[in-house]
Amino acid sequence: MIHLETPKKFAPLVAQAHQVAAQMFRPISRKYDRAEHDEPKELQMLASLLDGMNAAGGGGGAGAAGAGRERSSADEGNRNGSNLSTVLGIMELCWGDVGLLLSMPRQGLGNSAIAAVANDEQLARFKGRWAAMAITEPGTGSDSANIRTTARLDGDHYVLNGEKIYVTSGARADLVVVWATLDRNVGRAAIKSFVVEKGTPGFELVRLEHKLGIRASDTAAFLLKDVRVPKENLLGTPEVNVEKGFAGVMQTFDNTRPLVAGMAVGLTRACIERTRELLQAAGVTVDYRKPARLQHAAAAELLRMEADYEAARLLTLQAAWMADNRQPNSLQASMAKAKAGRSCVEVALKCVELCGATGYGEDELLEKWARDAKILDIFEGTQQIQLLIIARRLLGKSSAELK
Amino acid sequence: MSLANNAMGLGLKALNRFASSTVIDKLGLRRWAERGLYHSTRAGFATAGTVGRSFSAAQKLLQPARLPKKSSSGLFDLTPSEEQQMLRDAALHFATEQLRPAAAAADEATQAPAALLKASAELGFALMGIPEALGGAGAERSTISNVLIAEALAEGDLSLAVACLAPSAVSTALVLWGNEQQQAQYLPAFAGDNAPAAALAVQEPQVLFDAFALATTATRTAQGYVLNGVKSLVPRGAECELFVIAAMLDGQPQLFLVESKTKGLTLAAEPAMGLRAAATARLHLHAVQLDASALLGSTEDYPECIALSRLAWCALASGCGKAMLDHLIPYANERIAFGEPISHRQAVAFMIADISVELDGLRLATWRAAAKAERGEDFVRETAIARELASSKAMRIGNDGVQVLGGHGFTKEYPVERWYRDLRACGFMEGVVLV
Repeated sequence: MIHLETPKKFAPLVAQAHQVAAQMFRPISRKYDRAEHDEPKELQMLASLLDGMNAAGGGGGAGAAGAGRERSSADEGNRNGSNLSTVLGIMELCWGDVGLLLSMPRQGLGNSAIAAVANDEQLARFKGRWAAMAITEPGTGSDSANIRTTARLDGDHYVLNGEKIYVTSGARADLVVVWATLDRNVGRAAIKSFVVEKGTPGFELVRLEHKLGIRASDTAAFLLKDVRVPKENLLGTPEVNVEKGFAGVMQTFDNTRPLVAGMAVGLTRACIERTRELLQAAGVTVDYRKPARLQHAAAAELLRMEADYEAARLLTLQAAWMADNRQPNSLQASMAKAKAGRSCVEVALKCVELCGATGYGEDELLEKWARDAKILDIFEGTQQIQLLIIARRLLGKSSAELK
Repeated sequence: MSLANNAMGLGLKALNRFASSTVIDKLGLRRWAERGLYHSTRAGFATAGTVGRSFSAAQKLLQPARLPKKSSSGLFDLTPSEEQQMLRDAALHFATEQLRPAAAAADEATQAPAALLKASAELGFALMGIPEALGGAGAERSTISNVLIAEALAEGDLSLAVACLAPSAVSTALVLWGNEQQQAQYLPAFAGDNAPAAALAVQEPQVLFDAFALATTATRTAQGYVLNGVKSLVPRGAECELFVIAAMLDGQPQLFLVESKTKGLTLAAEPAMGLRAAATARLHLHAVQLDASALLGSTEDYPECIALSRLAWCALASGCGKAMLDHLIPYANERIAFGEPISHRQAVAFMIADISVELDGLRLATWRAAAKAERGEDFVRETAIARELASSKAMRIGNDGVQVLGGHGFTKEYPVERWYRDLRACGFMEGVVLV
């Protein structure tokens, strides 16, 4: 039966996540925006609490590790599972602060990768560890099939060589999931992901980036010089299957894109809520019975922003719900990410404009959110990459045809 | 046990109506059709008349018959029920087989073919919204079903969908807000054979029209009310037998039941940019005298009427947008420019991707509001959001659709220019359709 409200059974989780966002993230938001590269120590305690939330039945979770394959065997009709609860939790936490959410111990995108493609032995071995994700290289951004980091089998180990940048939580995580190619001549089919323990000889953190936004979150660059990784740390199958090719590693994205869309949705709501309060204080309110064209221009903008927010939010819930119900959701995941990513930037920047100097100044968080927002339309696949994925699927085109 | 046998005993005429409906047979809609048949025959029929019939109460009701609200499992769910899916499939089949082929000619003629409107009435979608006690087949409020049907019909043709759905806006209004006397007088005719053409007239011609600040007025008299004003873009206006008309009473917008034969009511054709198959008309009210019994519902019901109507336009926009997307995909793949399909260019492909994203957002926002309405929850904000999306994104879909086809899109060789015209209506129209 068609019903698009937050499931009742997740109401406690959402309320809890909201408390965390309001009581713990918001008060330290500005502090870590200013103190870039300082580790938010406050999050250690929170992480334990979140682990508790994840363990508290229903498969619910509020971090990236919650998303993944639904492992229950029986098909009992409509399911609201961990993909949905995770994305709902993330929306709340990112209403608080995106940078701090990304800094949550044990909730990295590497954890999502492990949850999505690891075998049972690996799942057990990496449980409770914080895993970052290393895909991007200096010469390879969106074209991740073109990575140059190599992995060569040598006895019981793979030997990794290359350079990785833009590794979120790279400095703080315990593990880094590194994408590398087994054979550069084979192309995307040879790309595999390897779990690398921090402290492995040759795995060197060379730099932390200075950024426009999400400054609470560390973004690391690594050099890999003959890094020896046990061969059991390869995620998925080691065989190079040209037929299935990239599917294994790309599968991760079907699970993580709705999560990043959820981050954007949470931030969008924060912007709209605060702007609504400020506009109300200035005497402007939205009348939902009247169309936009019959209202104050600022109220009309608020209504438009709310419409984009709601579309983004529902697309995101749809993608997560499909994952819970084991329906293929690549298309919907990209639709959610595309809509949420662009809407959050448009909304955040518009809110600064509507609130003028107050919105632009550091007394409010609006200007910070407008800086944070931009990354959400870039990482986990830029706007343009999402549109390419959507268009290729709709039009039945290969990446060679629709470039 | 056969429902058909039961029905045979009750009314051969009704049985004939369903049996002769080849559409229903073709669609394999036995179970659903038989249910509709059973209920419609059980209630009996008012005498079928031509234009200007007398609406008379065939039965007495002690209290108004309402459809109960739906309850919810509390889980997020995007899967329609089996019955909803069946209704949608039936509507989509009708839209594809009947509406789409007739659309271009109806647009040109500013009229829907009578046979088509009859076939649509025979399908009996309106019956689902009328309670069993009044000859319908409805067991619960079915806002979502109505949304799915409107989407599906508009996938065939938006403007013909409006023509087909316009009468059920009046029956739905009677079910939702009519008192026992009004329901008994009018509803059996809508559930019966030869259902009347009827229209919900809210829209007015003035610029910056506000559905809550109407220029049409109702003044109290000793007998009832006097109505004065002008209503715009009334679907199938010339053939309507019954109108529900919005007017200000004591400074508040309210609804009134007005039969077409009432003195002082005149109609004139009002062709427009789109919705042409719906044969839009301008309705003039000059000192139209109504009995006290003409007032439909209360001041609290009026906002619900406006919201349900806006949602219906959202559903229509969603269906028409889907038609556009489904047209653009093969077109962009087949159209060659610079030696390859134009779909190989991001400039074209991204427009199509954007259409799919915004269309899905509109559909989901519409579903959310409709599901809330169906459960009897407040849905004003959700409707405003869906309406805003219909107003901005659906029009963009119309615009981009023509752009993808270029010069071809501008000609009547393809339906996209018609959708461009029809989609413009979804952003501002008030009344006409209800879900």
